[in-house]
Amino acid sequence: MNITELTVHELKEKLDKKELTSQEITKAYIDRINEKEKDVDAFITLTTEEAMKQAKEIDEKRAKGEKVSSYAGIPIGIKDNMCTKGVKTTCASKMLENFISPYNATVVEKLNNEEIISLGKLNMDEFAMGGSTEYSYFKKTKNPWNLNKVPGGSSGGSAAAVAAELVPFALGSDTGGSIRQPAAFCGVVGLKPTYGLVSRYGLVAFASSLDQIGPITKDVEDSAILLNMIAGHDSKDTTSQEIERKDYTKALKNDVKGLKIGIPKEYFGEGINKEVKEKIFEAVEKYKELGAIVEECSIDVADYALATYYIIACAEASSNLGRFDGIRYGYRTKEFENLKDIYRNSRSEGFGQEVKRRIILGTYVLSSGYYDAYYKKAQKVRTLVKKQFADAFKKYDVILTPTAPTVAFNLGERSNNPLEMYLADICTVPVNIAGLPGISIPISVDKQGMPIGLQLIGNYFEEEKLLNAAYTLEQAIKFRENYKPEFKK
Amino acid sequence: MSREDYEVVIGLEVHAELSTKTKIFCSCPTEFGGEPNTHCCPICMAMPGTLPVLNEKVVEYAVKAGLATNCEISRDSKNDRKNYFYPDLPKAYQISQFDKPLCEKGYIEIETEEGTKKIRLTRIHIEEDAGKLNHDEYGRGSLVDLNRAGVPLIEIVSEPDLRSANETEIYLRKLKSILEYIEVSDCKMQEGSLRADVNVSVRKKGAKEFGTRTEMKNMNSFRSIVRAIEYEVERQIDIIEDGGKIEQETLRWDDVSGKTFTMRDKEDAQDYRYFPDPDLVAIRLSDEYIENIRKALPELPESRRIRYLEEYKLTEKEARILTSSKYLSDLFEEATKISNNPKAVVNWILSDISKTLNEKELEPDQIPFTAENLAELIALIEKGTISNTIGKKVLAELFENPKSPSKIIEENGWVQISDESAIKEVVLKVLSENEQSVADYKAGKEKALGFLVGQAMKQTKGKANPQMLNKMFIEELKK
Repeated sequence: MNITELTVHELKEKLDKKELTSQEITKAYIDRINEKEKDVDAFITLTTEEAMKQAKEIDEKRAKGEKVSSYAGIPIGIKDNMCTKGVKTTCASKMLENFISPYNATVVEKLNNEEIISLGKLNMDEFAMGGSTEYSYFKKTKNPWNLNKVPGGSSGGSAAAVAAELVPFALGSDTGGSIRQPAAFCGVVGLKPTYGLVSRYGLVAFASSLDQIGPITKDVEDSAILLNMIAGHDSKDTTSQEIERKDYTKALKNDVKGLKIGIPKEYFGEGINKEVKEKIFEAVEKYKELGAIVEECSIDVADYALATYYIIACAEASSNLGRFDGIRYGYRTKEFENLKDIYRNSRSEGFGQEVKRRIILGTYVLSSGYYDAYYKKAQKVRTLVKKQFADAFKKYDVILTPTAPTVAFNLGERSNNPLEMYLADICTVPVNIAGLPGISIPISVDKQGMPIGLQLIGNYFEEEKLLNAAYTLEQAIKFRENYKPEFKK
Repeated sequence: MSREDYEVVIGLEVHAELSTKTKIFCSCPTEFGGEPNTHCCPICMAMPGTLPVLNEKVVEYAVKAGLATNCEISRDSKNDRKNYFYPDLPKAYQISQFDKPLCEKGYIEIETEEGTKKIRLTRIHIEEDAGKLNHDEYGRGSLVDLNRAGVPLIEIVSEPDLRSANETEIYLRKLKSILEYIEVSDCKMQEGSLRADVNVSVRKKGAKEFGTRTEMKNMNSFRSIVRAIEYEVERQIDIIEDGGKIEQETLRWDDVSGKTFTMRDKEDAQDYRYFPDPDLVAIRLSDEYIENIRKALPELPESRRIRYLEEYKLTEKEARILTSSKYLSDLFEEATKISNNPKAVVNWILSDISKTLNEKELEPDQIPFTAENLAELIALIEKGTISNTIGKKVLAELFENPKSPSKIIEENGWVQISDESAIKEVVLKVLSENEQSVADYKAGKEKALGFLVGQAMKQTKGKANPQMLNKMFIEELKK
């Protein structure tokens, strides 16, 4: 048995049947990390020693017959923008290179309560700003399907680690597609929950009104399992909603008969790769065969979504990142004679190019005289985007699009061309702007063998419907049985 | 042109720290003082990933303040971020309110020499206080103390309706007393929990447009506010008289030199890039919520003043001065409840106590003794245990070293001499030593009696019962 090939639900079965121990599982992953991490570069910080210790404790509890959580002793990887007490949280930035949070993010606290074991903190674009993980201060993560390609971003470390089987599942965060796009690029499942379903407390903020934490997993069932663990109202985050607790795994019925799927034509226009389009339409045919009702629809305001997204996200980021000022924590310049120097030099030296670009953009759009033309107008478009989706959900249960316009691109191909990089988010950002849930599942590969992701968008807090739709297609396509990352060099 | 040809225009932005137990966005204590950085947590220190949660008490207190100042309360309000860099502002933005304040369009009535005047309030909004910088006196840098960061504030913005330093002081005192009455702020100016930004401009009388204004920041005593306004008015008029122009700028008042200095001019004006805080949800208030607060509002100075006229038969002036401060008014009511002698209590408060406060430059909230102490002092005089003269000495002692007045007179041996034989002894001694006065009195000079009584008091160090002295002198002189 190859342990690292197993999904989380399979691992749980083995643990329950005592066919595996937590130490065997954890050890298998650590061995795998030792073998493959040098090719993939997914981790910023490894906590394997502590992980083995915890695995041992949980095995002992199990052996003694003490009560443990359902998934106790299964390892995970955490994107490095979620605060972990005692372990570095760098946001892949020089600014926080040695930063250790004094507290745990709510999601980390929840995983601790579930006795999930962290193997370490995963690479990302600096402060989650980027679509390729190339903007990490520390390292460039490679796509396990082809090591010359990017894993996507910003949760590229999480997606690559799951695809390379360095962790059984991982947490990512998604502000404009940062879970779904890398999941698509790496051939894994990525879910961005409805805004407000998962607490943001302890997630280092990029754009507060768009950020959402979610699972990156091998399959849809694991996605539901991890969502079960992290969803729920948190009194520390007033934007988190009080929603009735659900068991999302129960929603996976493998049945889409009568499910109404809308396909917005705007998502298949210019800029969408031909092969991606073809494979998406093959999947659409599959849905029809499975009994779903598929119709073309229109969400034309989506054309403005990208511009709107970059205005809102950068505006919020420019304010959110103000606290990195070299005063209380984080990087402080060595060169200063006065307070202005501390601010200017610490921030100039501590932040990378893309982060600075977005801070400047955000500062600009909030400036007096420009506020109405940019920020205020963007908020109006945001209202329109929400309305168009609301109208669409009056007719359809889910909306289907490609996750990204292309498959993973080459390392270095776009890192000097921000506009082209921003285009990678075009299919995913409207979902964040509207605050809706979206999931990306792998459906096929292109001629070069790179995975293609399909995105399903659901109505607010209808993750159950969304997961079932994704699950049913996944069961029909059997992507994991047909394709495997090859670590092509 | 002369000074009289100018009209002074003043508007105030008053910051009052709210007396909630915990901070506005986290559960740290708001208590003043404490070792630096001991009243803070990851949230008010702005550690990465933390989020604010609005303290509902802050909204309640601000609504109270709004209702007590005749404001309209907004049903739909929100928090905004005011972005700027300073080491005492850990998030690099202050959470405040920009275009949708909780309270708008209120007013306060003040009593001036020309009668009652309405001062309009533009708005009252909630925001968080910043921390403090302790500057190293040797210039080796500054130390940041975040204990105050996140303490809730309300900012009360007035229209430019004030016309003199004196009116400004009356307005501020009135505002302070209202906030004290409704118990939303302790208004301790010396601790900085009440401070004002003062906008001053001058214009020729009859002019329609306002003159260019200057702003003096963070003033926290009545005295310096009055002095600063007077100085600034003179300065502005001088400039205009000399044919100059007033620059719009932010000034710093220096109490020592008695002058204002430029802090930053118009070019330095910061762009705060206000925008709605995405971490906080909108503040929606129901009519019922607002009505419940309105119903629970305590008695305000106006109605107390009217009640005092009726209930205690105080004069208009007495009632007004007493109710101008909640502390004085509470002291009056509590001491009266015990002593049942409102006239005596009001006399003590308005004469000796007020005089001492003035001399010591204290505010009423700094009175160190209790209403029980004052009531006991009055009772001791009523019973004749001590004289009025000794009473004044006891009061002085109460300010220095507050404890029970009976203990004070016992420790100092100030008990009044009311023993007839002891009094008689003193009277006879004084009479024998002052033959001229005796002769004067008998010749019809009644004034001589006062001198004799004074001599007797002197000899007993003020402890002799004055009524008994008087009576006995008359008896003896008749002989």
